[in-house]
Amino acid sequence: MIGAAKEMSRPVARDLGREEYSELAVRMPVRVVGPRAMSGDFRRFLTLTWMLAYLEFKLKFFGSVLGYAWQLMKPLMMFAVLYFVFTEVIRIGGGVPYYPVVLLSGIVLFGFFSESTVGAITSVVEREGLIRKISFPIVSVPISTVTSVFLTLMLNYLVVLSFALASGVTPTWRWVQIGPLLVLLYIAAASASLALSSLYVRFRDVKPIWEVIAQVLFYATPVIYTIEFVQEKSATLAQVMMCNPLATILQQMRHSAIDPASPSAVDALGGWLYLAIPMGIVVLMALFGFFSMRRLAPNLAEEL
Amino acid sequence: MPSVDQPQPIAADELPAVLVDGVSKHFSLPADRVQTLKERALHPIRSRERNSFTALDDVAFHVEKGEFFGLVGRNGSGKSTLLKCIAGIYSADSGEIYHDGTLTSFIELGVGFNPELPAFDNVLLNATLLGLDTEAARSSFEEVMDFAELWEFENLKLKNYSSGMYVRLAFSVMLQVDADILLIDEVLAVGDAAFQQKCFDQFNRMRDEGKTIVFVTHGMDAVRRFCDRAVLLDRGRVVAIGDAEEISERYLELNFVAPDSDAMTFDSAVGKATLSDCWVADSSGQRVDSLNQGERLAVHAEVTFEQPVTDPWVDIQFRDENDRLLMVSSTQPNAYGPGPAPSGDFATGETAHYVAEFDCIFAAGHYSVSISSGPDASYSRYFRRTDAVSVDVEGSAVSGATVVLPTDWHVEKAVPTANAGEPQ
Repeated sequence: MIGAAKEMSRPVARDLGREEYSELAVRMPVRVVGPRAMSGDFRRFLTLTWMLAYLEFKLKFFGSVLGYAWQLMKPLMMFAVLYFVFTEVIRIGGGVPYYPVVLLSGIVLFGFFSESTVGAITSVVEREGLIRKISFPIVSVPISTVTSVFLTLMLNYLVVLSFALASGVTPTWRWVQIGPLLVLLYIAAASASLALSSLYVRFRDVKPIWEVIAQVLFYATPVIYTIEFVQEKSATLAQVMMCNPLATILQQMRHSAIDPASPSAVDALGGWLYLAIPMGIVVLMALFGFFSMRRLAPNLAEEL
Repeated sequence: MPSVDQPQPIAADELPAVLVDGVSKHFSLPADRVQTLKERALHPIRSRERNSFTALDDVAFHVEKGEFFGLVGRNGSGKSTLLKCIAGIYSADSGEIYHDGTLTSFIELGVGFNPELPAFDNVLLNATLLGLDTEAARSSFEEVMDFAELWEFENLKLKNYSSGMYVRLAFSVMLQVDADILLIDEVLAVGDAAFQQKCFDQFNRMRDEGKTIVFVTHGMDAVRRFCDRAVLLDRGRVVAIGDAEEISERYLELNFVAPDSDAMTFDSAVGKATLSDCWVADSSGQRVDSLNQGERLAVHAEVTFEQPVTDPWVDIQFRDENDRLLMVSSTQPNAYGPGPAPSGDFATGETAHYVAEFDCIFAAGHYSVSISSGPDASYSRYFRRTDAVSVDVEGSAVSGATVVLPTDWHVEKAVPTANAGEPQ
């Protein structure tokens, strides 16, 4: 029936002019500011990031029959190949104590960084459906991709530590550094992802470019060789290489989790003061990433 | 104590639910889009010329608390852009938008649904996106599944859901949202008439709970049935703000005046008459917007003439949801079949009341009626109103056929004749 739905008494709207709007506007509690990198409160950001990360993780885990086995297979296969090459063919790892553990740890840590950043590049564009349909903090999108890969890293690192114990590594008090180091690596990957995913919206060749850079980074980071190996050739070059935040984190991880006899990140850098360089790079990346997101956010929904 | 029938006056110091104060929005599209760093590096000085068009131009209105408010306009009028600006999905170029109370937008059903995940995860994600916290989203699951009646498919991945199940799930999540202001785009365009009815029942329930609803639509039927007030937009500007009846009338006028794309080229509107009213009535003569399949249906059209005319013609057309033309009938003799007697003479200001009556053989569904009129023996016309009125035909059996013809069936045992069974 026409009108049946409106039978209940309704308030009669006021007839307000633009001057009254201005008066009322001052008293309105919420002003709509449009999309922002961090739309909504911080709690919503955390909830959504976690939800997206958890579901992405779950998809990977339960998406195939073998689930986690496949996730672990990739670093293990890579490890098997590299281990064979660098102990049997090119004897780089021959004299390094616990070389297999160092190699596996490096592969797993670096693997996390490259997988999460490469995955995050396209994340904002891929989540277009959300961004155009609902108001939410877009920063959540790349961060959630990194977080879901980080969940795999945590499991993988347990495997690395078991492997270390089986290889005769003795746990020391330094193992308390493992957690903070993983978090630091997470922050580095998240910062890079913010910058990359926002750049990708405008420039689609960011992805192939970054894939090449990631490849270069792999060889520029002491994963398959050790920093001592570089120090023998050139102490300065070793110092420069240690300014790469990934090198700093991986070396410190080796020092504290596997082989305390190997130089710590500070020693390899040549002093505490130099630690400021890799840390500064992470901070700069984080700032650049956040500001490029902030710049992108207001018009993102219409540009996608 | 105020009687329930009395309109309640709003205290002067009470804040509106939504206040849109002079909002403008331009979309600018780069004329020649640079998509890669390589191009940017190779052509650093290429002009970054942008084509801009105005989607919203100084739009201002307010929505009182507890109102069911419509944003109406034709395609491209800016109504969805406006909704997205209020929802905070687009940023307005100038002007301010305020609201009082929590606000959620439903631009699409099932935002964030992932076909690879089962119902629980999808409900969790969708509810979180719509603003529930994790705990509330988790505990809402049971109610969602109860309402959607999908318990037996709980462990099924969403990709194995039928589209109807998908919509039911999405809609049930939406009902869990506890916001003061709900922004609703034409999410109801999906589903059949029964589902749409269910949607509107729920919206009404929400409104009765004191929530404010801002609803985008181009269906004047929905506006008249549900909205208290509405704003009519055309090309990004506010044409009118007023009660639902008034706005739907203005909308129809606007559609009449504006050159519509589906207008046949050989006829030009000569504008000597206007459609002053039209409606659908059932067999008892009551105005209705739905009736049962098979019932007698009557389309009433009142045409007011602005100058003396002789034997004007009136056509009605029925179209289904897919815009397929199902039926045309005319007062013009021999136009599309036998017509009635000529209309006769009308003086300036006189109104003719046309009634076209037939048994509604259309299958269950939503039908829109277009009405046009013109001078005798001529293809030129006074007006053509697409979607002048619409009607829901309700029926239980869904056969997939367009019409349900009353059919006489005869069954009898065939009597074998002498040569039956013999090779022909």
